[in-house]
Amino acid sequence: MFKATIFVTLKESVLDPQGVAVKNSLHSLGLENVHEVRIGKRLEVFLDQVDRKQAEAQVQMMCEKLLANPVMENYRYELEEVS
Amino acid sequence: MHFAVPIFPGSNCDRDTIHAIEDVLDQPVTAVWHQDSDLKKFDAIIIPGGFSYGDYLRTGALAAQSPIMEGIREAADQGKLVLGICNGFQILLETGLLPGAMRRNDHLQFRCSISRLSVENTQTPFTLGFSQGEQIRIPIAHIEGNYYCDEETLQELQQKGQIIFRYAGENPNGSIDYIAGICNERRNVLGMMPHPERAIFDWMGSTDGVKLFTSMLQYWKENNGAA
Amino acid sequence: MQLKQKVISLPNEPTPEMIREQTLYKELGLKSEEYEQIIHHLKRLPTWTELGIYSVMWSEHCSYKNSKTLLKQFPTQGSRVLQGPGEGAGVIDIGDEQAVVFKIESHNHPSAVEPFQGAATGVGGIIRDVFSMGARPIALLNSLRFGDLKSSARVRYLFEQVVAGIAHYGNCMGIPTVGGEVVFDPSYEGNPLVNAMCVGLLKHDELQKGVAQGVGNPVIYVGARTGRDGIHGATFASEELNETSESKRPAVQVGDPFMEKLLLEACMEMVEQKDLLLGIQDMGAAGLTCSSAEMAAKGGYGMDLNLDLVPRREQGMTPYEIMLSESQERMLLVVEQGRESEVQAICDKWGLTSAVIGRVSEGDRYRLFFQGELVADIPLRTLVDAAPCYVQAQKVPDYYRENESVCPEEQLQHIDPQVGLHQVVSSVNLASKRWIYQQYDHMVQASTAVCPGSDAAVIAIRGTDKALAMSTDGNARYVYLDPVQGGRIAVAEAARNVVCTGAEPLGLTDCLNFGSPEKPEVYWQLAGAIQGMSEACQELNTPVVGGNVSLYNETKGQAIYPTPVVGMVGLITSRKHIMTQSFKQAGDVILLLGETLAELGGSELQSLVTGKISGRPPVLDLEKEKKVQQVVLHAIRHGFVHSAHDLAEGGLAMSLAESCIAGGLGANVTAKTQLSALTYLFSESQSRILLSVPENQAWHLIALAEDMGVKCTHLGEVIEVPEMRICINGESVIHESVQELTRKYEEAIPCAMSPSLTSTN
Repeated sequence: MFKATIFVTLKESVLDPQGVAVKNSLHSLGLENVHEVRIGKRLEVFLDQVDRKQAEAQVQMMCEKLLANPVMENYRYELEEVS
Repeated sequence: MHFAVPIFPGSNCDRDTIHAIEDVLDQPVTAVWHQDSDLKKFDAIIIPGGFSYGDYLRTGALAAQSPIMEGIREAADQGKLVLGICNGFQILLETGLLPGAMRRNDHLQFRCSISRLSVENTQTPFTLGFSQGEQIRIPIAHIEGNYYCDEETLQELQQKGQIIFRYAGENPNGSIDYIAGICNERRNVLGMMPHPERAIFDWMGSTDGVKLFTSMLQYWKENNGAA
Repeated sequence: MQLKQKVISLPNEPTPEMIREQTLYKELGLKSEEYEQIIHHLKRLPTWTELGIYSVMWSEHCSYKNSKTLLKQFPTQGSRVLQGPGEGAGVIDIGDEQAVVFKIESHNHPSAVEPFQGAATGVGGIIRDVFSMGARPIALLNSLRFGDLKSSARVRYLFEQVVAGIAHYGNCMGIPTVGGEVVFDPSYEGNPLVNAMCVGLLKHDELQKGVAQGVGNPVIYVGARTGRDGIHGATFASEELNETSESKRPAVQVGDPFMEKLLLEACMEMVEQKDLLLGIQDMGAAGLTCSSAEMAAKGGYGMDLNLDLVPRREQGMTPYEIMLSESQERMLLVVEQGRESEVQAICDKWGLTSAVIGRVSEGDRYRLFFQGELVADIPLRTLVDAAPCYVQAQKVPDYYRENESVCPEEQLQHIDPQVGLHQVVSSVNLASKRWIYQQYDHMVQASTAVCPGSDAAVIAIRGTDKALAMSTDGNARYVYLDPVQGGRIAVAEAARNVVCTGAEPLGLTDCLNFGSPEKPEVYWQLAGAIQGMSEACQELNTPVVGGNVSLYNETKGQAIYPTPVVGMVGLITSRKHIMTQSFKQAGDVILLLGETLAELGGSELQSLVTGKISGRPPVLDLEKEKKVQQVVLHAIRHGFVHSAHDLAEGGLAMSLAESCIAGGLGANVTAKTQLSALTYLFSESQSRILLSVPENQAWHLIALAEDMGVKCTHLGEVIEVPEMRICINGESVIHESVQELTRKYEEAIPCAMSPSLTSTN
């Protein structure tokens, strides 16, 4: 079995209002040196698959088709074999 | 003119939309479950608002994978009218039938109010009953209506007259270029955040939604010779 | 399953002997005498599972053990009442084979600990109560209390998160949140109140009940899987909050409105198949325990449940955990044997888990099986009907005696009326609540005829000319100063609000939020408030058809103000009678119905100026109240009226300002009075309503009021110039632009909240 940890983040050019709000809150906690916050998603996907190549292809496909919206999001993933 | 209103798990403006078609147009309308992909017998499709799949992952993303989207795509290709309201708009974006994407409102809060819009293009099947630049009042209710597209797409939308509604006055969600509704290049697919089905009787506070529905019917009659 | 089987205790749980020796029952909130009673009922020592079941069934939340004797005073009958207290929600006939279903419930303690989820699941729970009756929910309301908004970042955080949680759940469900109230007062600093109300609509033949019937019939579980969340929520709600409350965080559940939407639609489909459901009940407080035990007890049957069949989402759950879990979005059904597949088919369509988990049995035994063993065997009636019942001692508090001699009018006479007006208009308690209600989808279902911001919200009923008016109300300051008067006022004002929209009040649901009943002063407040409310219900013919009691609302030994909240529903017979508070037309005559007395005790102005409340609250004369309401309803129905607005906190000055602000018009008012201008304008005397009427209709109204023996004062007229001008006893005391008042009114809450926005505590 494989475990894919997928990170979906907003593209750099896209404003992240939640990130801005969190940044402002961090400032109000006295952390004035925080100059940017970007919020993203982390997904854990467990795959019944023995072949790493095929697992990788499946993860790639699910990211492109569903898990990330290419209009405004990027994704990357880590794949590890688990028992 | 036979309307279809697709229902996804979590749709919640489906009944309102059906009622509006009945009350304003007195035309047949059928609720279609999202697992049905055959929409051949319908003349127009209105994807209702709500929280399909709880808005999980991204608004509209999971509904965009439903079997019914095949039928909707087919209908759009055939030039039938497809209207997506609120979550319906979000679904159309996720399906790629309309360009761009939706982000959370810039102030991060859900916003429900009657919003002022200007009708930017009346040369569409959905707006032919309005006058150019007409100011109308239609309720909005969403937390994710902050429309986004890249600069190139925006220019294209502007040049090809695909921006149909803009917020007039206050922009309630931070959308690019005050966009409240856009159509495809062929102008038979419209997505809009405001809810015309909530503005059809005086007691609702506005009747400006009526003309959107009557425009659709008028267009259909003109193009199908049925009077 | 053998008939004579011995109840076993599980190896990983305390043994019955340990429970007794180490008084472990106290950890579950049971008193020693209650533990003895359980032994008496079982004729042996209870196991840990059985003890858990008793503890939640006998909690205040489920058994009303401290309030039951007082609650008996409430009138619960009426010619239109189809279902009074005792079911998921009350049901009142509205004609045409239709009925309105409604209930209010508190979710105070969970919201204090985790405001977003606490408020969200509070809304989810009350919605289930309504659709478990077979009704489709058509509106949500709420009533909220927080500490002082301006001085505490924690309060702002709680307020912001509670509102967001309510919005999250209601918006996703597609049920409009159309009304409510919010009050900020230091007494709620550590113990905010979150009361949620749901209103639904059904056809008479769709009415369902939470009852188990027919030996051998299957008990079916539908909805979300059971996890360890919310174990002991009902007990948690019946305890005082303290430092360890934070560590009890697991008691708070996470809501999934999407799941509930599916559950709603599936249940509606089952209800439509008229004879499918024999009984249905929400798994709310005390989860599977309360729903199954109550259903069996109401039916007069026993019940066997096999806990191995309960859908779970966590491994290794014990019977104790399964029975006490308060996982959300679950429903329990009983159908006729052989019709399981019909339920299954509907659940499959909506993607819901369902499972037959037990059977209705003959007799009175409530038996739970787990891994082939009998783990609980309890005489059912002892859980439901034999819960302990306490009448506590009462004591008149010292503050009540001390207030006797206070003269609030004297405290305030130095205030300039114009300054007073600015203060009340920009008080967060009275100012515009737009910041809140624009976060709620108040227009979904396309039936909202009067949006939030008026006296009561109005929902049109499709297919008829009828509409329903609804409002939540409760001024705790009055109740604190005088529980009986305060109780009367809570009911009367809610009714008045509904009348101002053109509706006849039908009945109410109540939520009684009080401190610890074991304190004699608090019990005195509770007893007085219930007495006052009962009197008003009786006189105004508004039966109590359901409600909820929330006691132990205290932090660090300090009780909140006694806060009974009333949720009133009224019927508008024709849409053309729908009335709002805004001035409509220049030239209209402004009339005031009712009498103004020197009553500033507990007023908003007193609180703003002196920082506290004292004296006696306004006195409510029920006969006068009834007449004023009759005059207004009659006048609205005969088309004499352009606007109607209840006079409440902030008195005449505030009501005039609100009618001006809402209509964007001005008012020219000239009055003569024995009172000082300040008292006249800010007194909170009850049973008063402000009307604007077309000039040529004014005489109708004046004559009508005179006939009914109601005082009617000609105050002045609505003017085109957007200015509020008030002249009292020949002296101009207020002259202010409506624009400026609007600015203050609209900006008060956004300004107080501006430092926040998704920030921390």
